[in-house]
Amino acid sequence: MNVTYNDFVIRFANVNGSGSASANGMFAKALFRMGVPVAARNIFPSNIQGLPTWFEVRVSERGHLGRREGVDIMVAMNAETYAEDIADIKPGGYLFYDNSKPLAAHFRRSDINEIGMPIATLLLPEFNDLKQRGLFKNIVYLGALSALLNIEFEVITGMVAKQYRGKDDLIAPNIHALELGRRYALDYLGGPIEYQVRRSSANGDKILIDGNTAAALGALYGGATVCAWYPITPSTSMAESFERHANALRKDKATGANKFAVIQAEDELAAIGIVIGAGWNGARAFTATSGPGISLMSEFLGLAYFAEIPAVVFDIQRAGPSTGMPTRTQQSDLTAAAYASHGDTRHVLLFPSSPKECFDFAAEALDLADRLQTPIIVMSDLELGMNDNVSEPLAWSDERRYDRGKVLDAAALDAAEEFGRYLDVDGDGIGQRTLPGAHPEKGAFFTRGTSRDEHARYTESPEAYQRNMERLERKWATAATLTPKAKIADAGRRNGILYYGTSAMPMTEALELLQGEGIALDRIRVRGFPFGDEVFDFIDRHERVFVVDQNRDGQMRSLLINEGVADPAKLVSVRYYAGLSISADTIRDQVLEHCKAERLPRLKEVGS
Amino acid sequence: MTFVVKPRIRHPQLPVNDLGLTRRDYEGAVSTLCAGCGHDSVSAAIVAACAELSLPPHRFAKISGIGCSSKTPSYFLNKSHGFNSVHGRMPSVATGANLANRSLYCVGVSGDGDSASIGLGQFAHIVRRRINMVYIVDNNGTYGLTKGQFSATNDRGSTSKKGVPNLYEPIDLVSMALQIGAGFVARSFSGDKKQLVPLIKAALAHPGMAFLDVISPCVAFNNHNGSTKSFDYVRGHSERLMEADFVPAQAEITADYDPGTTEDVRMPDGSILRLSKVARDFDVHDRIGALEYVQRSQERGEVATGLLYVDPDAADCHDILGTVKTPLNALTEADLCPGEAALERLNESFR
Repeated sequence: MNVTYNDFVIRFANVNGSGSASANGMFAKALFRMGVPVAARNIFPSNIQGLPTWFEVRVSERGHLGRREGVDIMVAMNAETYAEDIADIKPGGYLFYDNSKPLAAHFRRSDINEIGMPIATLLLPEFNDLKQRGLFKNIVYLGALSALLNIEFEVITGMVAKQYRGKDDLIAPNIHALELGRRYALDYLGGPIEYQVRRSSANGDKILIDGNTAAALGALYGGATVCAWYPITPSTSMAESFERHANALRKDKATGANKFAVIQAEDELAAIGIVIGAGWNGARAFTATSGPGISLMSEFLGLAYFAEIPAVVFDIQRAGPSTGMPTRTQQSDLTAAAYASHGDTRHVLLFPSSPKECFDFAAEALDLADRLQTPIIVMSDLELGMNDNVSEPLAWSDERRYDRGKVLDAAALDAAEEFGRYLDVDGDGIGQRTLPGAHPEKGAFFTRGTSRDEHARYTESPEAYQRNMERLERKWATAATLTPKAKIADAGRRNGILYYGTSAMPMTEALELLQGEGIALDRIRVRGFPFGDEVFDFIDRHERVFVVDQNRDGQMRSLLINEGVADPAKLVSVRYYAGLSISADTIRDQVLEHCKAERLPRLKEVGS
Repeated sequence: MTFVVKPRIRHPQLPVNDLGLTRRDYEGAVSTLCAGCGHDSVSAAIVAACAELSLPPHRFAKISGIGCSSKTPSYFLNKSHGFNSVHGRMPSVATGANLANRSLYCVGVSGDGDSASIGLGQFAHIVRRRINMVYIVDNNGTYGLTKGQFSATNDRGSTSKKGVPNLYEPIDLVSMALQIGAGFVARSFSGDKKQLVPLIKAALAHPGMAFLDVISPCVAFNNHNGSTKSFDYVRGHSERLMEADFVPAQAEITADYDPGTTEDVRMPDGSILRLSKVARDFDVHDRIGALEYVQRSQERGEVATGLLYVDPDAADCHDILGTVKTPLNALTEADLCPGEAALERLNESFR
């Protein structure tokens, strides 16, 4: 048997609400604990119970953790989706299913391996409780997979023991169900298959964490004290994670009182209003939302831009427009977020592409909001936010100090010759601010969304209005120097590829695939908006730049054209927006198609 | 609009309060509202209440939405910061401001368009969250800044300046506030300074949501015979529950009243709101009774004014959330950041 180690895609097809999520999560975690790089993707419906749901795990010793087309092993536990699930299996792949009811003849494929296991029948004499029998189906197939894929059994049993610590009466039946599955697979299914795992050191000191949890921890470390939010998939887990970790790490030791406040608001308008009220009054505050929330927050975001209030928003993007596909991923809020609100409004965006960056950018966003006195929107997505991703460990230095920006306290006000809230004292477009109650006589001003002069006095003077708008433009130029710099790998090639956020996950693999086709590209990963000079320099240096967007309209390409001097003809869109995350195959195919259509030379042709 | 700029020189005869400040120290910029606007009387009452209580004039957060009423925070307490925010959204901004610094007095001024129409949802939710603030609605039943459209508090049958009747039912913010958890609910009339000033003082002393609906006639668009929010209508139909006087905890309480006609309401900080009952026996601790009373008065075409309800054991949002006494905006890295070692433990939990 020709065994492939640590390189396959396994997909679990389940019924939503059947308890499969925890078993599937344990499967991914067990491989991770054996040191094998994994990416877990939960492809779930907008539903609590009954609709089909899938969980896909990409296993890659080489660390290729973006999505890959085709399934090597299908664990088909939902008879309703047999047809599509079986069709997705690659030739030579495996179908694992519960044959307590026989598989109908028309589902059969001659080019795949079939592994039937009578899971329901096996459980019948073992557990009396109907609900338990349902839940343990998942545990039984986990046990069977441990034998079929050669997963270290004690890694799984250890996880069960840890998961149910404190509920000890659950440990024994779970272990029993695991053993039931494993024993059957060893005795009757012929033991390990062609795809197997083996212990590796590829994970090093990496961690397995979802982006929303990492972002929540970043907000906690970054000193956020006020979190106001409204439940919306896929952002909800960020606010919940913040509250959970704050309860563990942010209590006053003596009194047990909270050094944070979390408000589940009545809607997204109130959520951003609370954040802006807190920011105005000097507390670090954030909200987490998704596209529909950005639409609702737009008026307030314009106020915060114009009145210059620090605020941090996490947009965990999902497929739009409107309600769209609320449980599927996309990068389709770029233009909505960048220009949210009426009038000449622009917002700073950050684009994390790993959980580590979710953590870093969350803390960074709180600093930037205070420094720039404006909303900072962190553009994550469902793929990054809700799935467990292998990530560099989170890092913090105890030496690090928060940048609270230009806030004058009572002593600074006494020392200052003059205070004008909107005076551009440093020439960077950023005024000095004071916090309410700071000084008995000095520094009080009135914040408003209407036009004002440098001393915050209401005015409709054309000159004063225009001066203010021009200062805001200077501030925007300052922002371009403070947003995280793009990551560039430039070997002086003719063409390049520009991408951001989760398109980074399949990019290394995609570029390797393209290299195999004779196409070599320089790469640039954009991490912030406004764009730094390095982004336009990269575009200038290359004849053609592929711009990868996970949306229909090429929104990053639009931003580049709108904000810089890039020639639109140079920017070739690579787009995927069907609700899953973009795969290496998709990127390769679209780049290849363009090269063929334009008859671009390839390395082997040039070389020959 | 008043064009005369008031001189900044203090008159030697002006009385000073316990902080050595006069009423002038609590004033704001010159109002740009119409001459005779009821809203200016409300601002004057806020100035009087804060000055009489000797509150530090820079320790307020003044928040408003959009509209004539929302302009007024410019016209009082100019040593404090103000925030004129988004139409109907004063409550959320006030919530954030209060969460950030619980040690400031939070005064929100809104209007009937701001709170009963576009912002009805935010009004309801800030009340149920019991944010510690004084929430004043300058209620004139009309959209002044856009020239006289009906607002949602306008009574059915009440007419516009052009004589067109309002066809829809009014929203009564006082009844709503009583229903959803305000610990302090009162209604007054901008032309009744004697009633309004003590009510604002008591509201400032109340630890939690203190809601004050102030009927404040619009001299430009809603002060004609067909309006139920005109000076004449409210004067003729207001049913005062009681005369109120407010005695701060610090001042000496001189008992000189007839026990048969007065009632002292002890505020949680120890201060006393003294009510002389001129209307009828009225239990200010009976929330459901108050609700019934307000509704019955409305049915008779009368406006019940005065203190309607006060919860002597009121809690505020910080109590509910269990936050530290130190304002959240004053916490430092040492308070907020769990540090490197804790992060290493967190990393380990994700392996």
